[in-house]
Amino acid sequence: MRNSKVVSLEEAIRRSGLKDGMTISFHHHFRGGDKVVNMVVDKLAGMGFKDLKLAASSLSDVHSPLIEHIKNGVITGISTSGLRGQLASEISHGLMSEPVVFRSHGGRGSAIANGDLHIDVAFLGASSCDCLGNASGCPRSENAKSICGSLGYALPDAKHADHVVVLTDDLVDYPNVPKSISACDVESVVVVESVGDSSKISSGAIRDSKNPRDILLAQQAAKVIINSGYFVDGFSIQTGTGGASLAAVKYIRESMIEKGIKASFALGGITAHMVKLHEEGLIGRLIDVQSFDKVAAESIASDQLHQEVSAVEYASADNPGSAVHALDIVILSALEVDVDFNVNVLVGSDGVIRGAIGGHPDTAEDSALSIIVCPLLRGRIPCVVPKVTTLITPGAGVDVVVTEYGIAVNPRRPEIAARLKEAGLKVVDIHDLAAKATSVIGVPDPLPFGDKVVGIVMDRHGKVLDKIYNIK
Amino acid sequence: MELKNAVAGTLESGDIMIQIGPGEGLQVELQSSVEAQFGRQIKELIKETLTGLGIDNAYVKATDKGALDCTIRARVTAAAVRSTGVDVWK
Repeated sequence: MRNSKVVSLEEAIRRSGLKDGMTISFHHHFRGGDKVVNMVVDKLAGMGFKDLKLAASSLSDVHSPLIEHIKNGVITGISTSGLRGQLASEISHGLMSEPVVFRSHGGRGSAIANGDLHIDVAFLGASSCDCLGNASGCPRSENAKSICGSLGYALPDAKHADHVVVLTDDLVDYPNVPKSISACDVESVVVVESVGDSSKISSGAIRDSKNPRDILLAQQAAKVIINSGYFVDGFSIQTGTGGASLAAVKYIRESMIEKGIKASFALGGITAHMVKLHEEGLIGRLIDVQSFDKVAAESIASDQLHQEVSAVEYASADNPGSAVHALDIVILSALEVDVDFNVNVLVGSDGVIRGAIGGHPDTAEDSALSIIVCPLLRGRIPCVVPKVTTLITPGAGVDVVVTEYGIAVNPRRPEIAARLKEAGLKVVDIHDLAAKATSVIGVPDPLPFGDKVVGIVMDRHGKVLDKIYNIK
Repeated sequence: MELKNAVAGTLESGDIMIQIGPGEGLQVELQSSVEAQFGRQIKELIKETLTGLGIDNAYVKATDKGALDCTIRARVTAAAVRSTGVDVWK
């Protein structure tokens, strides 16, 4: 009976007891290379399911086939961290009658753990799985076809969903150890041709910048960190996926070597940059909720000190054990920052959804020092504005904003402003940055929003933070 | 002033491509990545720049990729000079 869990996708769906109106869930560890969402929803549509609620940890350009499934009534609700591409554009223009619910990664973990987001059936892709359901994002045989590293965002689903189906493109001998998802949480195992294209993991938000402005911003951000008072032996750090925040790591590294300072851990989405510092002995441990590239995925497969964590262990607001509570410094990017230090990372300045919340509000709120790095202007689009288009990260959690025209420090943190001034950095009032932007580009006309709510932004504590209206 | 068809600018991000030719009055057709927020201002600026060069009759097709005002003025002027043969920079 050992193989009784291994069934076809159709049989797994039938066994799950899935009914119209129920909630299905997915993780996004394959990012732009994901094949599971489209494959499963196509199958559900073919089997005649309607009115399903899709709870993904995030969605991207590759999920545009969902548009047809929404039009046909197969999918009638979505919750996610982000939306990009054609799907995002259609939803912004009013495709769905039910608004999309946006949560941060920590917020989603909490919502699943406390029952706010109940999952009936989770469909979780894995790069290796045994016949009982012990699954991992790491390859475990010479037949392995994919690798995604950490399965952090899938772990709350695996633990709390009523029914769990693991899809894998490499069924390996029992026992598949070390495992990320336990066989005890898994009802069915489905072997498929491919769960995802690993080469597309580092697409989407992540880019390695050669842009001179990004490099300038990165140097400034590094100087802020070094002079902030938090750059001491044993500090901890997380970086977002923007070009400038990744490049900042390079300059921090130089200073760490020069001053003999080592970090205790790096948190969050782990990149090759962080793996390099870890392997050089500059960062003690890597705490990885999502492996952002192949180097990070390979490292988690082989390095004991590179530890996978679930979204709850990573960034839950109401779990005092989550790692963000121990985080000293985070570098983040932004689409817009306003004069109250509020940040928008989700909705573009044209009113169209084009990003993801990620761990932005989680890390900004709980870290000791949060630094937003963004240019003053992107083309004619201002990044420092009087008021953000959509509120994602409240200004109370944002400490420093680094632009090429100066560094603004939240008035709540006068001690940091004083340290940066003393170090000779150009500290400016954030109102002056907004005024500078306006002086170059003029005052934008208001966006043509309609009166239909297409998105609801939940804060990480489970309350409604903002609403996104349709754009005409 | 007699106008020939002329072009200035590129489709690179941060630039604007101006195609100009004969027309009646100043007609501006604009496609812009920042249309909702800045379309009105960009059209006004194009007309203002042409009027300033003594051009009151022209058809302009502008394809904008988020150019700043200084860039728009420069591209419109260059297109106008190519179109009229009158060098305004002398």
